[in-house]
Amino acid sequence: MSVSEMFAALQGALGQDQDIREEIRKVVQALEQTAREILTLLQGVHQGPGFQHIPKKCQKAREHFGTVRTQMESLKTKFPADQYYRFHEHWRFVLQRLVFLAAFVVYLESETLVTREAVAEILGIEADRERGFHLDIEDYLSGVLTLASELARLAVNSVTAGDYSRPLRISTFINELDSGFRLLNLKNDSLRKRYDGLKYDVKKIEEVVYDLSIRGLNKEATVVAGGEK
Amino acid sequence: GSGGFRKRKHDNFPHGQRREEKENVKPPSALMTSFKSFQLELDTRHDKYERLVKLSRDITIESKRTIFLLHRFTSAPNGEEILSESEVKLDAVRRKIKQVAQELIGEDMYQFHRAISPGLQEYVEAVSFQYFIKTRSLISVEEINKQLVFTAEDREETTNMTSNSHDKESPSWSLKVTPVDYLLGVADLTGELMRLCISSVGNGDIDTPFELSQFLRQIYDGFTFIGNTGPYEVSKKLYTLKQSLAKVENACYTLKVRGSEIPKHMLADVFSTKTELIDQEEGLP
Repeated sequence: MSVSEMFAALQGALGQDQDIREEIRKVVQALEQTAREILTLLQGVHQGPGFQHIPKKCQKAREHFGTVRTQMESLKTKFPADQYYRFHEHWRFVLQRLVFLAAFVVYLESETLVTREAVAEILGIEADRERGFHLDIEDYLSGVLTLASELARLAVNSVTAGDYSRPLRISTFINELDSGFRLLNLKNDSLRKRYDGLKYDVKKIEEVVYDLSIRGLNKEATVVAGGEK
Repeated sequence: GSGGFRKRKHDNFPHGQRREEKENVKPPSALMTSFKSFQLELDTRHDKYERLVKLSRDITIESKRTIFLLHRFTSAPNGEEILSESEVKLDAVRRKIKQVAQELIGEDMYQFHRAISPGLQEYVEAVSFQYFIKTRSLISVEEINKQLVFTAEDREETTNMTSNSHDKESPSWSLKVTPVDYLLGVADLTGELMRLCISSVGNGDIDTPFELSQFLRQIYDGFTFIGNTGPYEVSKKLYTLKQSLAKVENACYTLKVRGSEIPKHMLADVFSTKTELIDQEEGLP
Protein backbone atom coordinates (compact mmCIF):
# COMPACT_ATOMS: atom_id res chain seq x y z
CA MET A 1 0.00 0.00 0.00
CA SER A 2 1.39 3.40 -0.88
CA VAL A 3 1.72 6.16 1.64
CA SER A 4 -1.00 8.22 0.05
CA GLU A 5 -3.40 5.27 0.05
CA MET A 6 -2.73 4.70 3.73
CA PHE A 7 -3.43 8.30 4.56
CA ALA A 8 -6.57 8.27 2.44
CA ALA A 9 -7.80 5.29 4.45
CA LEU A 10 -6.98 7.03 7.70
CA GLN A 11 -8.71 10.16 6.55
CA GLY A 12 -11.77 8.08 5.79
CA ALA A 13 -11.77 6.63 9.30
CA LEU A 14 -11.35 10.05 10.87
CA GLY A 15 -14.08 11.49 8.71
CA GLN A 16 -16.49 8.80 9.85
CA ASP A 17 -15.52 9.58 13.40
CA GLN A 18 -16.39 13.20 12.87
CA ASP A 19 -19.78 12.27 11.47
CA ILE A 20 -20.54 10.22 14.55
CA ARG A 21 -19.50 13.07 16.80
CA GLU A 22 -21.71 15.43 14.87
CA GLU A 23 -24.71 13.13 15.31
CA ILE A 24 -24.00 12.75 19.02
CA ARG A 25 -23.70 16.49 19.45
CA LYS A 26 -27.15 17.01 17.97
CA VAL A 27 -28.81 14.61 20.40
CA VAL A 28 -26.83 16.00 23.31
CA GLN A 29 -28.07 19.47 22.46
CA ALA A 30 -31.63 18.21 22.62
CA LEU A 31 -30.88 16.57 25.95
CA GLU A 32 -29.43 19.79 27.27
CA GLN A 33 -32.59 21.58 26.25
CA THR A 34 -34.76 19.09 28.15
CA ALA A 35 -32.45 19.32 31.15
CA ARG A 36 -32.81 23.09 31.17
CA GLU A 37 -36.58 22.77 31.08
CA ILE A 38 -36.57 20.41 34.04
CA LEU A 39 -34.21 22.67 35.93
CA THR A 40 -36.42 25.70 35.34
CA LEU A 41 -39.38 23.72 36.56
CA LEU A 42 -37.63 22.61 39.74
CA GLN A 43 -36.17 26.04 40.43
CA GLY A 44 -39.70 26.99 41.37
CA VAL A 45 -39.32 25.27 44.72
CA HIS A 46 -36.99 28.01 45.91
CA GLN A 47 -39.71 30.62 45.79
CA GLY A 48 -42.03 31.01 48.72
CA PRO A 49 -45.24 29.61 47.27
CA GLY A 50 -43.26 26.89 45.51
CA PHE A 51 -43.01 24.88 48.70
CA GLN A 52 -46.64 23.94 48.58
CA HIS A 53 -46.38 22.71 45.04
CA ILE A 54 -43.43 20.41 45.41
CA PRO A 55 -45.31 17.17 44.64
CA LYS A 56 -46.90 18.72 41.60
CA LYS A 57 -43.61 20.04 40.30
CA CYS A 58 -41.98 16.66 40.84
CA GLN A 59 -44.70 14.99 38.91
CA LYS A 60 -44.26 17.39 36.03
CA ALA A 61 -40.53 16.85 36.10
CA ARG A 62 -41.08 13.12 35.95
CA GLU A 63 -43.08 13.61 32.80
CA HIS A 64 -40.16 15.49 31.27
CA PHE A 65 -37.91 12.56 32.07
CA GLY A 66 -39.99 10.64 29.57
CA THR A 67 -38.56 12.93 26.89
CA VAL A 68 -35.10 12.30 28.29
CA ARG A 69 -35.60 8.58 27.91
CA THR A 70 -36.59 8.92 24.27
CA GLN A 71 -33.60 11.14 23.62
CA MET A 72 -31.33 8.68 25.38
CA GLU A 73 -32.70 5.92 23.18
CA SER A 74 -31.76 7.90 20.12
CA LEU A 75 -28.32 8.71 21.55
CA LYS A 76 -27.65 5.01 21.96
CA THR A 77 -28.15 4.43 18.26
CA LYS A 78 -25.61 7.05 17.21
CA PHE A 79 -22.44 5.11 17.94
CA PRO A 80 -21.23 1.52 18.34
CA ALA A 81 -22.32 0.20 21.71
CA ASP A 82 -18.84 -0.92 22.76
CA GLN A 83 -17.31 2.51 22.25
CA TYR A 84 -19.02 4.32 25.08
CA TYR A 85 -15.88 5.86 26.51
CA ARG A 86 -14.63 6.95 23.15
CA PHE A 87 -17.36 9.55 22.96
CA HIS A 88 -18.00 9.88 26.66
CA GLU A 89 -16.88 13.51 26.83
CA HIS A 90 -19.75 14.59 24.62
CA TRP A 91 -22.51 13.62 26.99
CA ARG A 92 -20.65 13.64 30.26
CA PHE A 93 -21.77 17.10 31.28
CA VAL A 94 -25.41 16.70 30.39
CA LEU A 95 -25.55 13.27 32.00
CA GLN A 96 -24.23 14.69 35.27
CA ARG A 97 -26.80 17.43 35.08
CA LEU A 98 -29.57 14.90 34.50
CA VAL A 99 -28.38 12.79 37.41
CA PHE A 100 -28.61 15.87 39.58
CA LEU A 101 -32.11 16.62 38.38
CA ALA A 102 -33.29 13.07 38.95
CA ALA A 103 -31.67 13.04 42.38
CA PHE A 104 -33.34 16.36 43.20
CA VAL A 105 -36.74 15.09 42.21
CA VAL A 106 -36.28 11.93 44.24
CA TYR A 107 -35.07 13.93 47.20
CA LEU A 108 -38.02 16.28 47.08
CA GLU A 109 -40.40 13.34 46.87
CA SER A 110 -38.94 11.03 49.48
CA GLU A 111 -36.00 12.86 51.08
CA THR A 112 -33.68 10.01 50.26
CA LEU A 113 -30.65 9.71 48.05
CA VAL A 114 -31.47 8.20 44.73
CA THR A 115 -29.53 5.03 44.04
CA ARG A 116 -27.44 4.63 40.96
CA GLU A 117 -29.81 1.97 39.67
CA ALA A 118 -32.81 4.21 40.19
CA VAL A 119 -31.21 7.12 38.31
CA ALA A 120 -30.32 4.81 35.48
CA GLU A 121 -33.93 3.70 35.36
CA ILE A 122 -35.28 7.25 35.41
CA LEU A 123 -32.97 8.17 32.54
CA GLY A 124 -33.70 4.98 30.64
CA ILE A 125 -30.14 3.70 30.70
CA GLU A 126 -28.25 0.89 32.43
CA ALA A 127 -26.42 1.00 35.73
CA ASP A 128 -23.98 -1.63 34.63
CA ARG A 129 -21.43 -1.25 31.83
CA GLU A 130 -21.95 -4.83 30.72
CA ARG A 131 -25.46 -4.19 29.59
CA GLY A 132 -25.07 -1.25 27.26
CA PHE A 133 -25.26 2.49 27.58
CA HIS A 134 -24.64 2.99 31.25
CA LEU A 135 -24.21 5.57 33.92
CA ASP A 136 -20.57 5.99 34.83
CA ILE A 137 -20.00 6.02 38.56
CA GLU A 138 -18.10 9.28 38.49
CA ASP A 139 -20.91 10.97 36.64
CA TYR A 140 -23.37 9.68 39.19
CA LEU A 141 -21.26 10.99 42.06
CA SER A 142 -20.81 14.37 40.37
CA GLY A 143 -24.54 14.69 39.98
CA VAL A 144 -25.03 13.87 43.65
CA LEU A 145 -22.55 16.59 44.61
CA THR A 146 -24.51 19.11 42.59
CA LEU A 147 -27.56 18.03 44.56
CA ALA A 148 -25.73 18.88 47.78
CA SER A 149 -25.19 22.50 46.81
CA GLU A 150 -28.74 22.79 45.59
CA LEU A 151 -29.98 21.53 48.95
CA ALA A 152 -27.81 24.05 50.78
CA ARG A 153 -29.61 26.70 48.84
CA LEU A 154 -32.96 25.08 49.52
CA ALA A 155 -32.23 25.11 53.25
CA VAL A 156 -31.73 28.87 53.19
CA ASN A 157 -34.82 29.49 51.11
CA SER A 158 -37.05 27.22 53.12
CA VAL A 159 -36.25 29.32 56.21
CA THR A 160 -37.22 32.42 54.29
CA ALA A 161 -40.46 30.72 53.35
CA GLY A 162 -41.11 29.90 56.99
CA ASP A 163 -40.45 26.19 56.78
CA TYR A 164 -38.15 25.69 59.75
CA SER A 165 -38.10 21.90 59.82
CA ARG A 166 -36.73 21.32 56.35
CA PRO A 167 -33.21 22.61 57.08
CA LEU A 168 -32.89 20.09 59.89
CA ARG A 169 -33.81 17.25 57.62
CA ILE A 170 -31.51 18.53 54.91
CA SER A 171 -28.73 18.75 57.46
CA THR A 172 -29.13 15.10 58.40
CA PHE A 173 -29.16 14.13 54.78
CA ILE A 174 -26.10 16.17 53.79
CA ASN A 175 -24.15 14.92 56.76
CA GLU A 176 -24.80 11.37 55.79
CA LEU A 177 -23.81 12.18 52.25
CA ASP A 178 -20.63 13.75 53.53
CA SER A 179 -19.80 10.61 55.50
CA GLY A 180 -20.44 8.61 52.37
CA PHE A 181 -18.05 10.65 50.31
CA ARG A 182 -15.42 10.41 53.02
CA LEU A 183 -15.28 6.70 52.27
CA LEU A 184 -14.05 7.33 48.77
CA ASN A 185 -10.42 7.62 47.82
CA LEU A 186 -10.66 10.18 45.11
CA LYS A 187 -7.98 10.97 42.61
CA ASN A 188 -6.98 14.51 41.88
CA ASP A 189 -9.55 14.95 39.16
CA SER A 190 -12.71 16.92 38.51
CA LEU A 191 -14.75 14.76 40.87
CA ARG A 192 -12.30 15.48 43.64
CA LYS A 193 -12.57 19.21 42.97
CA ARG A 194 -16.31 19.02 43.22
CA TYR A 195 -16.11 16.97 46.36
CA ASP A 196 -13.93 19.67 47.89
CA GLY A 197 -16.92 21.99 47.55
CA LEU A 198 -19.14 19.70 49.60
CA LYS A 199 -17.75 20.96 52.90
CA TYR A 200 -18.96 24.47 52.13
CA ASP A 201 -22.44 23.15 51.55
CA VAL A 202 -22.27 21.26 54.83
CA LYS A 203 -21.05 24.39 56.56
CA LYS A 204 -23.78 26.53 55.05
CA ILE A 205 -26.49 24.17 56.22
CA GLU A 206 -24.99 23.95 59.68
CA GLU A 207 -25.09 27.71 59.90
CA VAL A 208 -28.75 27.70 59.00
CA VAL A 209 -29.46 25.05 61.63
CA TYR A 210 -27.47 27.06 64.15
CA ASP A 211 -29.41 30.22 63.40
CA LEU A 212 -32.63 28.32 63.89
CA SER A 213 -31.60 26.69 67.14
CA ILE A 214 -30.33 29.80 68.93
CA ARG A 215 -33.66 31.40 68.22
CA GLY A 216 -35.54 28.36 69.37
CA LEU A 217 -37.06 28.04 65.95
CA ASN A 218 -36.02 24.46 65.49
CA LYS A 219 -38.07 23.38 68.54
CA GLU A 220 -41.09 25.00 67.05
CA ALA A 221 -40.28 23.30 63.80
CA THR A 222 -40.01 19.85 65.32
CA VAL A 223 -43.28 20.35 67.13
CA VAL A 224 -44.92 21.33 63.87
CA ALA A 225 -43.23 18.53 62.03
CA GLY A 226 -44.14 16.07 64.74
CA GLY A 227 -47.71 17.27 64.65
CA GLU A 228 -47.91 16.74 60.93
CA LYS A 229 -46.66 13.22 61.20
CA GLY B 1 -5.28 0.73 52.37
CA SER B 2 -5.36 4.39 53.26
CA GLY B 3 -9.12 4.50 53.45
CA GLY B 4 -9.05 2.89 56.86
CA PHE B 5 -8.74 6.00 58.93
CA ARG B 6 -11.32 7.83 56.90
CA LYS B 7 -13.95 5.29 57.69
CA ARG B 8 -13.74 6.16 61.33
CA LYS B 9 -14.21 9.85 60.85
CA HIS B 10 -17.94 9.85 60.45
CA ASP B 11 -18.47 8.29 63.85
CA ASN B 12 -17.53 11.33 65.87
CA PHE B 13 -20.20 13.68 64.70
CA PRO B 14 -19.36 17.21 65.60
CA HIS B 15 -22.90 18.28 64.93
CA GLY B 16 -24.57 18.29 68.32
CA GLN B 17 -27.91 19.59 67.25
CA ARG B 18 -28.99 16.28 65.86
CA ARG B 19 -28.46 14.27 68.98
CA GLU B 20 -31.80 15.08 70.52
CA GLU B 21 -34.34 13.20 68.52
CA LYS B 22 -32.84 12.51 65.15
CA GLU B 23 -31.57 8.99 64.89
CA ASN B 24 -27.81 8.94 64.65
CA VAL B 25 -26.78 7.63 61.27
CA LYS B 26 -25.62 4.10 61.76
CA PRO B 27 -22.75 3.11 59.46
CA PRO B 28 -24.53 0.26 57.71
CA SER B 29 -27.28 2.48 56.35
CA ALA B 30 -28.27 1.97 52.74
CA LEU B 31 -26.39 5.06 51.71
CA MET B 32 -23.20 4.00 53.44
CA THR B 33 -23.41 0.52 51.99
CA SER B 34 -23.68 1.85 48.49
CA PHE B 35 -20.82 4.27 49.06
CA LYS B 36 -18.71 1.39 50.28
CA SER B 37 -19.34 -0.37 47.00
CA PHE B 38 -18.48 2.86 45.17
CA GLN B 39 -15.22 2.97 47.08
CA LEU B 40 -14.40 -0.50 45.88
CA GLU B 41 -15.35 0.26 42.33
CA LEU B 42 -13.37 3.49 42.17
CA ASP B 43 -10.32 1.95 43.80
CA THR B 44 -10.37 -0.94 41.37
CA ARG B 45 -10.60 1.44 38.48
CA HIS B 46 -7.83 3.71 39.74
CA ASP B 47 -5.55 0.76 40.43
CA LYS B 48 -6.01 -0.51 36.94
CA TYR B 49 -5.33 2.93 35.55
CA GLU B 50 -2.12 3.21 37.56
CA ARG B 51 -0.94 -0.20 36.40
CA LEU B 52 -1.57 0.84 32.82
CA VAL B 53 0.29 4.12 33.26
CA LYS B 54 3.26 2.22 34.57
CA LEU B 55 3.17 -0.22 31.67
CA SER B 56 2.87 2.68 29.27
CA ARG B 57 5.97 4.31 30.77
CA ASP B 58 7.92 1.09 30.41
CA ILE B 59 6.80 0.79 26.82
CA THR B 60 7.88 4.37 26.16
CA ILE B 61 11.32 3.87 27.68
CA GLU B 62 12.01 0.63 25.84
CA SER B 63 10.78 2.05 22.54
CA LYS B 64 12.99 5.12 22.94
CA ARG B 65 15.98 2.87 23.55
CA THR B 66 15.14 0.90 20.44
CA ILE B 67 15.10 4.11 18.45
CA PHE B 68 18.49 5.13 19.81
CA LEU B 69 19.80 1.73 18.91
CA LEU B 70 18.47 2.04 15.39
CA HIS B 71 20.17 5.39 14.97
CA ARG B 72 23.43 3.55 15.27
CA PHE B 73 22.46 1.45 12.29
CA THR B 74 23.85 3.59 9.51
CA SER B 75 27.16 4.30 11.15
CA ALA B 76 27.85 0.76 12.25
CA PRO B 77 29.31 -1.84 9.94
CA ASN B 78 27.34 -4.59 11.65
CA GLY B 79 23.93 -3.43 10.52
CA GLU B 80 22.28 -6.83 10.60
CA GLU B 81 23.23 -7.30 14.20
CA ILE B 82 21.65 -4.05 15.21
CA LEU B 83 18.49 -4.90 13.35
CA SER B 84 18.15 -8.24 15.08
CA GLU B 85 18.92 -6.63 18.42
CA SER B 86 16.18 -4.07 17.81
CA GLU B 87 13.83 -6.93 17.00
CA VAL B 88 14.59 -8.47 20.38
CA LYS B 89 13.92 -5.16 22.08
CA LEU B 90 10.65 -4.70 20.24
CA ASP B 91 9.61 -8.20 21.26
CA ALA B 92 10.13 -7.15 24.84
CA VAL B 93 7.98 -4.09 24.24
CA ARG B 94 5.29 -6.28 22.71
CA ARG B 95 5.30 -8.43 25.81
CA LYS B 96 4.51 -5.31 27.80
CA ILE B 97 1.76 -4.45 25.36
CA LYS B 98 0.43 -7.94 25.88
CA GLN B 99 0.14 -7.17 29.56
CA VAL B 100 -1.75 -4.01 28.65
CA ALA B 101 -4.07 -6.04 26.47
CA GLN B 102 -4.62 -8.43 29.36
CA GLU B 103 -5.54 -5.58 31.66
CA LEU B 104 -8.06 -4.43 29.12
CA ILE B 105 -9.86 -7.72 28.62
CA GLY B 106 -13.53 -7.08 29.11
CA GLU B 107 -12.95 -3.36 29.44
CA ASP B 108 -13.71 -0.48 27.17
CA MET B 109 -10.29 0.36 25.81
CA TYR B 110 -11.10 4.03 25.49
CA GLN B 111 -11.83 4.32 29.17
CA PHE B 112 -8.13 3.82 29.83
CA HIS B 113 -6.86 5.20 26.58
CA ARG B 114 -5.23 8.22 28.13
CA ALA B 115 -3.10 5.96 30.32
CA ILE B 116 -1.63 3.96 27.47
CA SER B 117 -1.69 6.36 24.56
CA PRO B 118 1.85 7.82 25.06
CA GLY B 119 3.37 4.36 25.20
CA LEU B 120 1.55 3.20 22.10
CA GLN B 121 2.64 6.25 20.15
CA GLU B 122 6.23 5.67 21.08
CA TYR B 123 5.88 2.04 20.08
CA VAL B 124 4.47 3.04 16.70
CA GLU B 125 7.42 5.35 16.28
CA ALA B 126 9.94 2.62 17.06
CA VAL B 127 8.27 -0.05 14.95
CA SER B 128 7.79 2.20 11.96
CA PHE B 129 11.38 3.41 12.23
CA GLN B 130 12.66 -0.14 12.16
CA TYR B 131 10.31 -0.99 9.32
CA PHE B 132 11.56 1.99 7.35
CA ILE B 133 15.20 1.00 7.81
CA LYS B 134 14.40 -2.50 6.66
CA THR B 135 12.09 -1.80 3.75
CA ARG B 136 12.30 1.95 3.05
CA SER B 137 8.53 2.23 3.26
CA LEU B 138 5.85 3.13 5.75
CA ILE B 139 4.32 0.46 7.92
CA SER B 140 0.54 0.46 7.85
CA VAL B 141 -1.65 0.56 10.90
CA GLU B 142 -3.02 -2.86 9.98
CA GLU B 143 0.45 -4.31 9.94
CA ILE B 144 1.17 -2.90 13.38
CA ASN B 145 -2.05 -4.29 14.77
CA LYS B 146 -1.30 -7.67 13.26
CA GLN B 147 1.72 -7.91 15.52
CA LEU B 148 -0.37 -7.07 18.53
CA VAL B 149 -2.54 -10.15 18.51
CA PHE B 150 -1.59 -12.35 21.40
CA THR B 151 -2.41 -15.91 22.14
CA ALA B 152 -3.07 -17.31 25.57
CA GLU B 153 -0.05 -19.36 26.51
CA ASP B 154 0.85 -17.89 29.85
CA ARG B 155 -2.17 -15.89 30.58
CA GLU B 156 -2.46 -14.38 34.00
CA GLU B 157 -5.98 -14.25 35.26
CA THR B 158 -7.29 -10.80 35.87
CA THR B 159 -9.76 -11.75 38.51
CA ASN B 160 -9.50 -8.54 40.47
CA MET B 161 -12.60 -7.18 38.83
CA THR B 162 -15.39 -8.26 41.08
CA SER B 163 -18.25 -6.71 39.21
CA ASN B 164 -16.94 -8.02 35.94
CA SER B 165 -17.24 -11.59 34.81
CA HIS B 166 -15.57 -12.39 31.54
CA ASP B 167 -17.92 -14.91 30.11
CA LYS B 168 -16.59 -14.70 26.57
CA GLU B 169 -13.22 -16.30 27.10
CA SER B 170 -11.39 -16.07 23.82
CA PRO B 171 -8.18 -17.96 23.16
CA SER B 172 -6.46 -14.90 21.75
CA TRP B 173 -6.86 -11.21 22.33
CA SER B 174 -5.45 -8.14 20.78
CA LEU B 175 -4.78 -4.50 21.23
CA LYS B 176 -5.62 -2.12 18.46
CA VAL B 177 -3.60 0.99 17.87
CA THR B 178 -6.10 3.71 17.08
CA PRO B 179 -5.71 5.75 13.88
CA VAL B 180 -4.90 8.80 15.96
CA ASP B 181 -2.18 7.06 17.95
CA TYR B 182 -0.79 5.78 14.70
CA LEU B 183 -0.78 9.22 13.13
CA LEU B 184 0.92 10.79 16.11
CA GLY B 185 3.50 8.04 16.16
CA VAL B 186 4.20 8.50 12.47
CA ALA B 187 4.52 12.25 12.99
CA ASP B 188 7.17 11.55 15.61
CA LEU B 189 8.84 9.17 13.20
CA THR B 190 9.49 12.02 10.80
CA GLY B 191 11.60 13.70 13.47
CA GLU B 192 13.70 10.57 13.74
CA LEU B 193 14.02 10.39 9.97
CA MET B 194 15.25 13.95 9.91
CA ARG B 195 17.93 13.07 12.43
CA LEU B 196 18.80 10.02 10.39
CA CYS B 197 19.14 12.19 7.31
CA ILE B 198 21.48 14.69 8.92
CA SER B 199 23.63 12.03 10.51
CA SER B 200 23.82 10.00 7.32
CA VAL B 201 25.18 13.09 5.57
CA GLY B 202 27.75 13.27 8.32
CA ASN B 203 28.70 9.74 7.47
CA GLY B 204 29.18 10.66 3.85
CA ASP B 205 26.06 8.85 2.71
CA ILE B 206 24.78 10.84 -0.24
CA ASP B 207 21.83 8.70 -1.30
CA THR B 208 19.90 8.36 1.94
CA PRO B 209 19.04 12.07 2.27
CA PHE B 210 17.34 12.10 -1.10
CA GLU B 211 15.44 8.97 -0.35
CA LEU B 212 14.39 10.44 2.97
CA SER B 213 13.27 13.72 1.56
CA GLN B 214 11.16 11.81 -0.93
CA PHE B 215 9.63 9.73 1.83
CA LEU B 216 9.06 12.64 4.18
CA ARG B 217 7.36 14.59 1.45
CA GLN B 218 4.92 11.72 0.95
CA ILE B 219 4.13 11.67 4.64
CA TYR B 220 3.79 15.43 4.72
CA ASP B 221 1.37 15.27 1.80
CA GLY B 222 -0.55 12.61 3.67
CA PHE B 223 -0.83 14.80 6.74
CA THR B 224 -1.94 17.80 4.77
CA PHE B 225 -4.57 15.59 3.15
CA ILE B 226 -5.91 14.77 6.59
CA GLY B 227 -5.61 18.39 7.61
CA ASN B 228 -8.00 19.29 10.36
CA THR B 229 -10.18 16.19 10.03
CA GLY B 230 -8.06 14.73 12.77
CA PRO B 231 -7.95 15.86 16.34
CA TYR B 232 -6.09 18.87 17.57
CA GLU B 233 -2.90 16.99 18.46
CA VAL B 234 -2.46 15.87 14.88
CA SER B 235 -2.62 19.39 13.50
CA LYS B 236 -0.18 20.48 16.18
CA LYS B 237 2.36 17.93 14.98
CA LEU B 238 1.98 19.18 11.45
CA TYR B 239 4.04 22.23 12.32
CA THR B 240 6.99 20.21 13.61
CA LEU B 241 6.67 17.94 10.63
CA LYS B 242 7.02 20.92 8.36
CA GLN B 243 10.20 21.93 10.14
CA SER B 244 11.66 18.46 9.80
CA LEU B 245 10.82 18.38 6.15
CA ALA B 246 12.40 21.78 5.59
CA LYS B 247 15.62 20.64 7.24
CA VAL B 248 15.80 17.54 5.09
CA GLU B 249 14.98 19.43 1.92
CA ASN B 250 17.61 22.01 2.69
CA ALA B 251 20.09 19.25 3.33
CA CYS B 252 19.35 17.80 -0.08
CA TYR B 253 19.63 21.22 -1.61
CA THR B 254 23.04 21.78 -0.07
CA LEU B 255 24.15 18.37 -1.17
CA LYS B 256 23.16 19.10 -4.73
CA VAL B 257 24.66 22.56 -4.89
CA ARG B 258 27.78 22.20 -2.84
CA GLY B 259 28.25 18.47 -2.66
CA SER B 260 30.65 18.45 -5.54
CA GLU B 261 32.77 21.24 -4.12
CA ILE B 262 33.09 20.42 -0.46
CA PRO B 263 35.17 17.48 0.67
CA LYS B 264 32.92 14.86 2.23
CA HIS B 265 34.49 15.01 5.66
CA MET B 266 33.51 18.66 5.96
CA LEU B 267 29.90 18.22 4.95
CA ALA B 268 28.86 17.49 8.48
CA ASP B 269 30.04 20.93 9.57
CA VAL B 270 28.13 22.60 6.78
CA PHE B 271 24.95 20.90 7.86
CA SER B 272 25.25 21.62 11.50
CA THR B 273 25.46 25.35 10.79
CA LYS B 274 22.71 25.08 8.24
CA THR B 275 20.25 23.44 10.59
CA GLU B 276 21.02 25.92 13.34
CA LEU B 277 20.14 28.69 10.96
CA ILE B 278 16.81 27.06 10.24
CA ASP B 279 16.14 26.66 13.91
CA GLN B 280 16.65 30.35 14.46
CA GLU B 281 14.40 31.28 11.60
CA GLU B 282 11.62 28.98 12.73
CA GLY B 283 11.91 30.22 16.24
CA LEU B 284 10.80 33.69 15.21
CA PRO B 285 7.11 34.42 15.63
